[in-house]
Amino acid sequence: MSSRNRPIKEIGEVYLTKEGMSFHEVSDTVCTVTEKRAPRNWWIAFFITSTFAAILFITIAYVFWQGIGVWGNDSPSFWAWDITNFVWWIGIGHAGTLISAVLFIFRQKWRTGINRAAEAMTIFAVICALLFPAIHVGRVWFIYYMFPIPNQMAIWPNFKSPLVWDFFAVSTYFTVSLLFWYAGLLPDFALLRDRAMGMIGRAGKIRRLVYGSLALGWRGSHRHWQNYERMYLILAALATPLVLSVHSVVSMDFATSVIPGWHTTIFPPYFVAGAIFSGFAMVQTLMLITRAVYGMKSLITMRHLELMNKIMLLTGSLVGYAYFMEFFIAAYSGDEYERYDFLSRLFGPFWWAYVWMFGCNVVVPQLFWFKRFRTSVPVMLAVSCLVNIGMWFERFVIIVQSQNRDFLPSSWGYYRPTGVDVCLFLGTLGLFFTLFLLFIRWVPMIAIAEVKGVLPQADPHDVGEHSTEGSPGHEAAADAALAGGE
Amino acid sequence: MAKRAALYLAKYETPHDVLHAAQEVRKAGYAKWDVHTPFPVHGMDEAMGLSDSKVGWIVFFSGLTGISGALLMMWWMNGVDYPLVVGGKPPSSLPADVPIMFELMVLLSAFGALFGMLHLNRLPRHNHPIFETETFRSASDDKFFISIESEDPKFDLAETKAMLESTHAALVELVEETLQDDEADEEEEHH
Repeated sequence: MSSRNRPIKEIGEVYLTKEGMSFHEVSDTVCTVTEKRAPRNWWIAFFITSTFAAILFITIAYVFWQGIGVWGNDSPSFWAWDITNFVWWIGIGHAGTLISAVLFIFRQKWRTGINRAAEAMTIFAVICALLFPAIHVGRVWFIYYMFPIPNQMAIWPNFKSPLVWDFFAVSTYFTVSLLFWYAGLLPDFALLRDRAMGMIGRAGKIRRLVYGSLALGWRGSHRHWQNYERMYLILAALATPLVLSVHSVVSMDFATSVIPGWHTTIFPPYFVAGAIFSGFAMVQTLMLITRAVYGMKSLITMRHLELMNKIMLLTGSLVGYAYFMEFFIAAYSGDEYERYDFLSRLFGPFWWAYVWMFGCNVVVPQLFWFKRFRTSVPVMLAVSCLVNIGMWFERFVIIVQSQNRDFLPSSWGYYRPTGVDVCLFLGTLGLFFTLFLLFIRWVPMIAIAEVKGVLPQADPHDVGEHSTEGSPGHEAAADAALAGGE
Repeated sequence: MAKRAALYLAKYETPHDVLHAAQEVRKAGYAKWDVHTPFPVHGMDEAMGLSDSKVGWIVFFSGLTGISGALLMMWWMNGVDYPLVVGGKPPSSLPADVPIMFELMVLLSAFGALFGMLHLNRLPRHNHPIFETETFRSASDDKFFISIESEDPKFDLAETKAMLESTHAALVELVEETLQDDEADEEEEHH
């Protein structure tokens, strides 16, 4: 008997779900969330988050009416909370793509427990992110100037501008993430459709109609699975360089300018590492909450959480390295403006923001060197929240502090946000969590088909207690055919 | 309403059983048959004798369209139609075009991958006779199926059933589809 025919325990692999889960249990655990009435806590959470989402839309209406002069942005801070929020939200989205695409390519099977929710998070985060530059253009009714379409001024976009690259990068990122998410959902929508077939009443009818339409007539055909798996692999292979390109392009918005503190070559990898770091922190926060509220502990196990903590430790340390390297290069460059800017980060008027940034992003994640903290839910919840705060401050420090201390002391300033800035930011948090709550209510929050595919009994060579098939001749024939492919 | 045999459906309890049965069906020489599983079963491509997926080709050509379309667009817009000199750089300059060429390559490839997959699978499809039976509802949950269509030249009500039963199927069922009136007439003429 070859090693692949031995039970999973003997070859020392670890179960990715609760031990001994059947296919049907996986379907049930995930699907019933969308089939039962929402728990009371869901409604409480939904009430709070949708209130904030309402604040967002009211504030947006106010900003459109008044113009963006109601923000705290003023010379020298032409970019402030708006761009900070944009970069922060985009960065959060990156973890979703990393989990779904990069970990897929590296065959990290544990990703199946969390990839669906992480991809949803990506889409919602990118929606929140896109709001800010859209509002920041000021005259939103001229936003079509960004598109390469003929306009009344007979002029085209300047394709040498990183801001135009950014427009293409972020809109591609959003579209590809949406396609990837939907592609993964296809078999799970089919499962929800089939489960709705037996349901009576209006709810069953609506579910059959909606999930039936979304499933596109999927019938689990292996001739289809073959194309599907190839498509999934290709999408993952495309999304991997895409995710690296998006935050690199975002960082070039800054790096191609001449402002001290912005004009550095380290920005693309530094931004990408920070994006993944903050994204994992947000996934961790969301997973801890949904896991507790919906009892998904059998599918999102402590092992998942611990692995995510390890990635946060790694990316947090990469970010920490970039912080030190920035200082080193500032000193080594001999450029007095650059040197001054970095000293000002530590000792200037925004020192408090730098302390938040450094403390939350570099110091706090070091707790994860210890298994005791890596496997403690309260600790990881606290760390993931702090990391998100820290990463927001990182963008704030880079964007606002650098503009407030540029070449001419006469043009220095001290940026203060207004209530409108605060409402917009809190509002996007509300929108993000509202969309996420709607997602866990109506869409399978775990990739059911993928989780089934990594269960031990999904392996056709696994002929332990799961098989009804007894004769050894069959086994040998199956193995021979598999090995040779005939 | 007239009915017509559409396909035989055989149910299996495990991936191992369905994989083995697929090899048997293939050996028996059927052409219009399929395996239905809640997740892709490893080794099924070989067991069914499928040739390689063509999605990659669709993606390749859509990616090529994206990358060349992007280059052409930027060259014509900034270099030819309205030469735009910014920072003293040439109106059309390849290095600055790279990010957008890459993004549009990815964008069109992703469309090519998803819609190419759907096209090759002939999806979306409104209905299929296989959905006529309640047994099939567990195909997306935890059961594994093989279907042999009545259109297959080797299809025979008795022989096909016997063959499927010999593959240790948990259940073999004949699925019938209801014919529309005009289809029923055609069917009668045919016989």
